[in-house]
Amino acid sequence: MAIADNSTDGSLHGVMRFVRSLAGFVVVVALTFLGLLAITFFIGRVVPIDPVLSVVGDRATQEQYDAAKIAMGLDRPLIVQFFSYVGNVLGGDLGQSVSTNRAVAADLVRVFPATLELATLGIIIGVLLGVPMGVAAAVYQGRAADQIIRVLALLGYSVPAFWLGLVGLAVFYAGLGWVAGPGRIDIFYDGIVPPVTGLLLIDSLIAGDTDIFFNALDHIALPAVILGFFSLAYIARMTRSFMLDQLGQEYVTTARVKGVAEWRVIWVHAFAPIRVPLITVIGLSYAGLLEGSVMIETVFSWPGIGNYLTVALLNADMNAVLGATLVIGSVFIFINKISDVLYRILDPRSRS
Amino acid sequence: MSAPLLSIEDLRVSFPTPKGRIEVVKGVTFDLGRERLGIVGESGSGKSMTGRAILRLIRPPGVVTASRMQFDGMDLMALSEADMRALRGARISMIMQDPKFSLNPVMTVGRQIGEALRAHERLPRAAIRARVIEMLNAVRINDPERVAKMYPHEVSGGMGQRVMIAMMLIPKPSLLIADEPTSALDVSVQAQVLDLIDDLVRETGMGLLLISHDLNLVARYCDRILVMNAGEVVESCAARDLHAASHPYTKGLLAAVPQMHETRDVLPVLDRSAWGGTGT
Repeated sequence: MAIADNSTDGSLHGVMRFVRSLAGFVVVVALTFLGLLAITFFIGRVVPIDPVLSVVGDRATQEQYDAAKIAMGLDRPLIVQFFSYVGNVLGGDLGQSVSTNRAVAADLVRVFPATLELATLGIIIGVLLGVPMGVAAAVYQGRAADQIIRVLALLGYSVPAFWLGLVGLAVFYAGLGWVAGPGRIDIFYDGIVPPVTGLLLIDSLIAGDTDIFFNALDHIALPAVILGFFSLAYIARMTRSFMLDQLGQEYVTTARVKGVAEWRVIWVHAFAPIRVPLITVIGLSYAGLLEGSVMIETVFSWPGIGNYLTVALLNADMNAVLGATLVIGSVFIFINKISDVLYRILDPRSRS
Repeated sequence: MSAPLLSIEDLRVSFPTPKGRIEVVKGVTFDLGRERLGIVGESGSGKSMTGRAILRLIRPPGVVTASRMQFDGMDLMALSEADMRALRGARISMIMQDPKFSLNPVMTVGRQIGEALRAHERLPRAAIRARVIEMLNAVRINDPERVAKMYPHEVSGGMGQRVMIAMMLIPKPSLLIADEPTSALDVSVQAQVLDLIDDLVRETGMGLLLISHDLNLVARYCDRILVMNAGEVVESCAARDLHAASHPYTKGLLAAVPQMHETRDVLPVLDRSAWGGTGT
């Protein structure tokens, strides 16, 4: 993995420390990535589905079958296959997808931004609403506000995603007409803006096409709100329990003894120390959304990675499955690393 | 003698339990002038609850009642929450027990002390900084500039408690409640911290309410002593008359204090039936 080395000015000592921590970081990421690669590869090879069969079809003759098997390199020992796969991956080649007949890497570049866009909007909604709701529930523990928030959070836990998606579409699209229907964009807008980031909302702004921007926004609004609701439920519950624990801490009482205003007691003294565990919760929640919510993506015909992975799995398209799994795994590794960096910034105790 | 600084009559604190309300403070009455008053008692005797009730820091579902709770002419029970907040820290302050838990772990020491001042006075940043450094000097911390930038986990227990004292005294309160200020500290630094509190109390002439389970310590640093047991004041006397205490509970406590050069093999056990207290 290539990581741009920003040269930091300062003492030689500082530079050395930076280089050492960067090297450590690269080694850890590389090892994690290799482990991920090995596990997904071997699981992919031992599952009882035959990738050759999915290429040649079940009416092929034995000769055709054998020829395809050799062409795909599946006749070689497993360990040889693995190393050749690792070599290909390092070269950016994830193989061909048998279901789309395109390079898996090219497919992923197309589908991942769709999920990224949806998940990012979803997590923003989840954090902006979930954190204040959790704090409010803890502060007003046992009162009406707490009960309402807890019921909402419980709904977010127990309502199936596909049901909420279908009902959302029935009410807000078919019934009220407030939002656009399934898909990322209306068909006559499709493929107009040149893909730069792959994120339609951003690409349309880069192209300066506000019509497309608002159309894409119309399409993403409902699924993003639904995903946001699910992550909100989790984030609000966790925030509430972290805050309840904090509000019982001695230093919160200390702040009250000092005569500090109540909003400061809550947001500065009680909330500040829970930022670190909250980052873990938000990071995991975001990673979960980036994995692609298969239910939501299916209901909304969203061409994202969840959808792609499901179709690939059903077609025994192992290259596509492995490629998508690698992307998801990388997302987890990346978000974990970001969380680590944020911990160090936010918690003085983890610095020394 | 003018009106006392703090006058409390029939203070009661209760909490609901599945078996009904339980009173943890059962009608405590005392006056406090600009003097040093000690409250002693075992764990659960209600001494800490008394301290927190004065600051109105007992949170629901706890309930506080008193037929009188007056501080400097103000009725503490009748004050609004906003008025009470203006009073906390500025007029009545409280040193908490253990600096490991009572200092905010993610805020520098200097900011926490400064915040206590900022909550009550509008001052420019530089003036607050200067007062913080001055206060850290007053609690005998070397190199206050450096300590002000440290986080609580970077300072020792004794230093943490000095920081706590600095934080509670920076707005110059007239009554200081010290709730077991040294029980979390090493014996070697306990005396230092108490001497410091004692000096600062004498210098500023504020009232001190020292809450502790340690009879000797309270006798040494206070003018007057209240002994609490099971939520009630069972004995009230001048510190120097403690040895002449009349209540059997106090006598029992005194008898249980280990003596230097003693030959007793077994320390006496409190006989609670002597005063009809709760048996254990």
